[in-house]
Amino acid sequence: MFYDVIIVGGGLAGMRAAIAAHDAGAKVGLISKIHPVRSHSGAAQGGINAALANHPQGKDDTPERHAYDTIKGSDFLADQDAVEIMTSAAPGIIFEFEHWGCPFSRFEDGSIAQRPFGGAGFPRTCYGADRTGLYLLHTLFEQVVKRKIDVLYERFVTKLAVKGGRCAGVIVMNLHSGEFQAIGGNAVIFATGGSGRVYSVNTTNAHASTGLGVVIPYWAGVPLEDMEFIQFHPTGLDGSSILMTEGCRGEGGYLINNKGERFMKNYVSEKIMELAPRDITARAMQTEINEGRGFEDRYLHLDLRHLGAKKIMERLPGIREICLNFKSIDPIKDPIPVHPAMHYTMGGIECDKDGMTRVDGFYAAGECACVSVHGANRLGGNSLLDTVVFGARCGRHAADRVKKMSQTVDTDTLDSALKEEKERYQRLCSSSGKENPYTIKNELSQVMMDKFGIFRNETDMKKGLDEIKILKERFNHIRAIPDTGKFNYDFLWVTEIAGNIEAGLCIATGALARAESRGSHFRIDFSKRNDEQWLKHSLFTYAPDAPQLTYKAVTMGKYKPEERKY
Amino acid sequence: MPTFKVFRYNPKTGDQAYFQSYQLPEIKGMTVLEGLYYILENIDPTLAFRSSCRQGVCGSCAMHIGEKYRLACETQIVDIGNTVTIRPLAHMKIIRDLVVDLDPFFAQYEKIKPYLIPSGEPPTREFKQSPAQRAKIDFHVDCILCACCYGSCPVVATDEKYLGPHALLKALRYVDDSRDGATYERLAYLASDFGVFRCHTIFNCQQVCPKDLDPTGAIGKLKMKALWAKFTGKLRKTG
Repeated sequence: MFYDVIIVGGGLAGMRAAIAAHDAGAKVGLISKIHPVRSHSGAAQGGINAALANHPQGKDDTPERHAYDTIKGSDFLADQDAVEIMTSAAPGIIFEFEHWGCPFSRFEDGSIAQRPFGGAGFPRTCYGADRTGLYLLHTLFEQVVKRKIDVLYERFVTKLAVKGGRCAGVIVMNLHSGEFQAIGGNAVIFATGGSGRVYSVNTTNAHASTGLGVVIPYWAGVPLEDMEFIQFHPTGLDGSSILMTEGCRGEGGYLINNKGERFMKNYVSEKIMELAPRDITARAMQTEINEGRGFEDRYLHLDLRHLGAKKIMERLPGIREICLNFKSIDPIKDPIPVHPAMHYTMGGIECDKDGMTRVDGFYAAGECACVSVHGANRLGGNSLLDTVVFGARCGRHAADRVKKMSQTVDTDTLDSALKEEKERYQRLCSSSGKENPYTIKNELSQVMMDKFGIFRNETDMKKGLDEIKILKERFNHIRAIPDTGKFNYDFLWVTEIAGNIEAGLCIATGALARAESRGSHFRIDFSKRNDEQWLKHSLFTYAPDAPQLTYKAVTMGKYKPEERKY
Repeated sequence: MPTFKVFRYNPKTGDQAYFQSYQLPEIKGMTVLEGLYYILENIDPTLAFRSSCRQGVCGSCAMHIGEKYRLACETQIVDIGNTVTIRPLAHMKIIRDLVVDLDPFFAQYEKIKPYLIPSGEPPTREFKQSPAQRAKIDFHVDCILCACCYGSCPVVATDEKYLGPHALLKALRYVDDSRDGATYERLAYLASDFGVFRCHTIFNCQQVCPKDLDPTGAIGKLKMKALWAKFTGKLRKTG
């Protein structure tokens, strides 16, 4: 099998890349370990940012103002040229979605509705009720169907075939047949999503969102960037950590402590309150809980009751449904118990504005990529935008590039990579170890939560890093994987745990080294941002024992670093 | 202690399908999907089932649980009882354990041209669509393609060419969308031999839909629209 452009991942970034590459004339193969409509993009709720100026209070909004809010929100770690590309492309990409039939919510005049979101100067978040991600995802799948793009679903990519700094394709386990296959391509785009399951005891992410997506290229020699920046969403549902969208606060929801106070007034200006950026809100919430003002020492209340039944049913029907199904409470009548939960990885595969990496022919887009437009803290509504803007750019660039090349299948590289994977599988199936890999997974997530959570310090992180190294060693002694043939999910999940461990090591190494507080990375022992020493991106290069850490400059522009005040 | 009785089948071993029982610990609030993960992680790593979002939005974990097709992730064990019997979705080939072949399901969906076909060139900004026009498609756009309706439909069981409730619900979403310009072309296709008139109005799809959508009602509306278009001479067969 051979394609001009192979795309791995069927979420928003992957499908948008596939459509762009197809429309640029490339033969495209879209590979995904789950069906595209099952992708975690579909769980995004609140909206997608674009300076459309549709909202009555947003008439003066512009892409420049969107860029400034994004850069300030990022705590000045975002690359400013990339941010400007994203915010200026935003209105066009939203109109394109709308022309494809995306069912956005509407204002009375028939224009796309917009709501306020955290850290934004204007209400610029376009939405479809609280199911924006689902609507965008299905709209893209519809366009993939229309174009008859090859969708190879339930193919689990386990390895990049790379030789001499050039990517020749991927090795997949075809879950339907239970066999390994090599798929050759002149370009490979990874759009595998975030790594939330590294923190699996407390994340808003799907089971499918593991660290393996960034770690496969990392193992193949592609550096990862800014891995220490982990976003905690302020409002995960107590217990399951299911996302309660920022749209809840955008529509006017309150955060309340056990004294009945809207405590955000003690942390940010009364003008902003619950609409502070996520890093600040999550820290405020954790502080309230740590200082005894939470409920059951664990959660706070997200109160929507004053919004009224009509608004809740109209704007937040999905939130109500989740609360009823998972917590047996009705937000029309009851406050929602919430606590911060790991939500988003700002870091990822190092790539440029076209998604190109240091390995020839290998690209990245979406949450697995670090372009970087989110820097140290992403604003709500910018992740969906990132996926589609850079997905499209990346797909187009890859297609244009491979069109100039002759179709060459590097059979040798593919064959040897395929052979390695088959041997690795056999080794896993004949292991005589005793460790339960899932115990290791759960212990890892506990270490990540306890030592690399919202508040970090050197002592705990040093200990945590050692613990992760021990887990990595224990993983060498796991029990045998049963060779069940078709749909060997045990093989899939266990392989993903290996990815979680490596991604966890990068997060831990980066966090311990960065002796400052910036955006989501908050150190109680270095509580100030330090631009003199740390206004730089971290880069992680694979080595068997621990990642090698280097740094590179942030691309600055017209916005000079300033203290973030909200 | 809840007991899970889970349908098992693996063609590799050559065995007949069977039910396997697993004892689970009693954990307050545990969902059926969490129960399946508990088995995979602690008791039996050979168990195969699909899942992803665990919050009722991706549709991966649709299966037959205690007399009904539903999503394992949003089903509490206590709501089913002490014995939870789990089977794969019906009317599709079983590949292994709880994993069925969804290719026919998606193939039928693709036949109805599930994408907007505007009549002219799009405007420079968005198409204007009033809140009332948007409200017409409110419920149809919430379909997550989980296949609960498809697995519960007796017509699907007997007629492999029937488009199915999921595809027909999607079709109404476009027929009712003020931005779509292919209404009569769509209705002509939907009124064909394997379309809306194959539905026997049995309501299974409506009863099982985890999103509380109404495919039966949608098919009823399409029938009326197709008939009206036929009587008024607007229904033209197209390629």
